[in-house]
Amino acid sequence: MANKISQLLTSLSLVLGLALVAPLAQAQVNPTQQSVNEGALLEALGSGGNVAGRISIPDPNAGYLIKPDNKLWAALQGDTLHQISIWAVIGMVALLALFYVIRGKIRVDGGLSGRKILRFNTVERFAHWTLASTFIILALSGLNLIIGKTVILPVIGEGAFGTLSAWGKIAHNYLAWPFMVALVLVLLLWIAHNIPNRVDLEWLKQGGGLVKKGVHPPAKKFNAGQKLIFWAVIAGGAALSYTGVMLLFPAEAGTPADWQFYQTIHALTAAVLSAIIIAHIYIGSVGMEGAFDAMGTGEVDENWAKEHHSLWVEEVKGAKAAEGRTQPAE
Amino acid sequence: MARMKFLCDADRCIECNACVTACKNEHEVPWGINRRRVVTINDGLPGERSVSMACMHCTDAPCAAVCPVSCFYTTDDGVVLHNKDTCIGCGYCAYACPFGAPQYPQTANFGTRGKMDKCTYCSGGPEPDMSQAEYVKYGSNRLAEGKLPLCAEMCSTKSLLAGDGDIIAEIYRERVITRGYGSGAWGWRTAYGETVTV
Repeated sequence: MANKISQLLTSLSLVLGLALVAPLAQAQVNPTQQSVNEGALLEALGSGGNVAGRISIPDPNAGYLIKPDNKLWAALQGDTLHQISIWAVIGMVALLALFYVIRGKIRVDGGLSGRKILRFNTVERFAHWTLASTFIILALSGLNLIIGKTVILPVIGEGAFGTLSAWGKIAHNYLAWPFMVALVLVLLLWIAHNIPNRVDLEWLKQGGGLVKKGVHPPAKKFNAGQKLIFWAVIAGGAALSYTGVMLLFPAEAGTPADWQFYQTIHALTAAVLSAIIIAHIYIGSVGMEGAFDAMGTGEVDENWAKEHHSLWVEEVKGAKAAEGRTQPAE
Repeated sequence: MARMKFLCDADRCIECNACVTACKNEHEVPWGINRRRVVTINDGLPGERSVSMACMHCTDAPCAAVCPVSCFYTTDDGVVLHNKDTCIGCGYCAYACPFGAPQYPQTANFGTRGKMDKCTYCSGGPEPDMSQAEYVKYGSNRLAEGKLPLCAEMCSTKSLLAGDGDIIAEIYRERVITRGYGSGAWGWRTAYGETVTV
C-alpha cells in the first residue's frame, strides 16, 4: 500500500514537474522572435523617454541611443528665444526713445551748484565698471549667438562671422569669471543700502519724479528704482552665472534635457536683464543731467544730490558735521 | 539624387564593434570621440538587441536649426555636414541632437570644447573633395570615390546598411518578411519622420 502511494506521488510529481517545465521549454524555441522592438519601446517610454542601453565605451552618456523629445528644443531655441531676445532689446530702445521725446533730458532744476559730494569711492566704481564692462561684452557676444546669423552673417560672410563668433565665444567663456567676482563684490558693497523700506513706497507712488518735472520724492543713497535694478542685477546675474557654469561644463550638468533647460533660462534671463540694463545706461548717461558723474568721477553736484537723494545728502552732511565737531578737540 | 540613410538591422547586429573601429581608423578620429557606437538594449535579457548608431543625417536636422553660426548644410545626397572653420564649439547641436552624434575634442585649456566632430557619412566637408585639408578636418571622402560608408561596407553580418533610403528600406523589408520578425528601423521615426512599414 505504502509502495503504491509513493509510486502515485512520484508519478504525480513527475506530471507536475513536466507541467511546470513545459512552457519554459516552449518559450526557448525561438528566442530571436521576442526581440525588443523600437516602435513598441518608444510607445512604452512615452514622451520624454529615452531609448538607452549598455555601452562598452567609457562615456555613460553614449548609452543613450535615441531621445526623440530632444528635437522640441530646436523650435524653442531657433525661433521663440530669437523673437523674445530681439523684441526685448528693440522694445526697450523704442520705449526709451519715446520717453526721451516726451520728457526730454531730466535736468537739475536748481542748476549746478559747482560744489561736489563724493558719492561712489574708488572701490565702488571699480566693482561697478568691472561688472558693467564684462556684462556689455557678455551681452553682445551672447546676442550675437542669437541674432548674429540673421544680422551679421549676411553682411560679413561665413568665414569672418565664424572667426568673430569664435572670439566672442572665448570672450564669453573667460569674462564670465570676472563678471561673477564683480557681482559678488557689488552685492557685498551695496546690499546694506538696498534693503527696501517705507521711503521706497512713497518714491514709487510719485513715479520717482520721472514723469513730472519738478517732482523729487526723497531717497537715501539708492532710490526705489535703483534698488529694483540692483536686485534685478543680483538675481539675474546669479541665474546667468549658475546656468552659464552648467553650460560650460555640460558633463557635470546632466543630460541634454538639463542642458536645454539651462540654455533656455540663460537666454531668457539675458534678454530681460539686457533690456533693464539698457534703461539703466540711458538714465545714467543721456537721460539725466549730472547722473554720469556719480560713476564717472565719483563726485556728484550738490544740487543734483539734493534733488535725487535728499535723505542721503542729509546723512552725509550730518556725518561731516559730526566729524567737524570732534575735529577741533585734537 | 539618392537620399542617403543608415539602417541598422538590430536582429543581425552581433555587437562586434567593427563599425566603430573601422570608422575611427578610416577617418583618424580624434581621441575620445566615437562617431559611431554600438548600444545594447535589454542587455542580458531575452530578446536583447544591439544597435549601431551614428549621425542619422536627419531631415530638418535639429542641429542645423539651433546652430548660432549656421555652419551646417545638407548635401544633394541628403547628408548633413558642417563647416569646422565656422563652428565655434558652443555645444548647442549636442544639446539638440536626439542621437548624441555631435562630440567635441578637448583642445584648449581648461578642457574647453574644440570644433564639433561627427559622422560625415564618409563624405568629408566643404573643402575640395579628397583634398588633404578635407582629410585632416573630416576624414576620408569615400562618397566622392564612389564608395559607401566604411562602417556599413565592412559590417560582418550586413546588419548595418547604408545607401539610398528607398533601397535599404526595401532590403530590410524583404528580410523581415522572409524571417518573420524585425525590431524596427531604429531612429528612423525620429530622424526622418517615417519608419519602414512591413
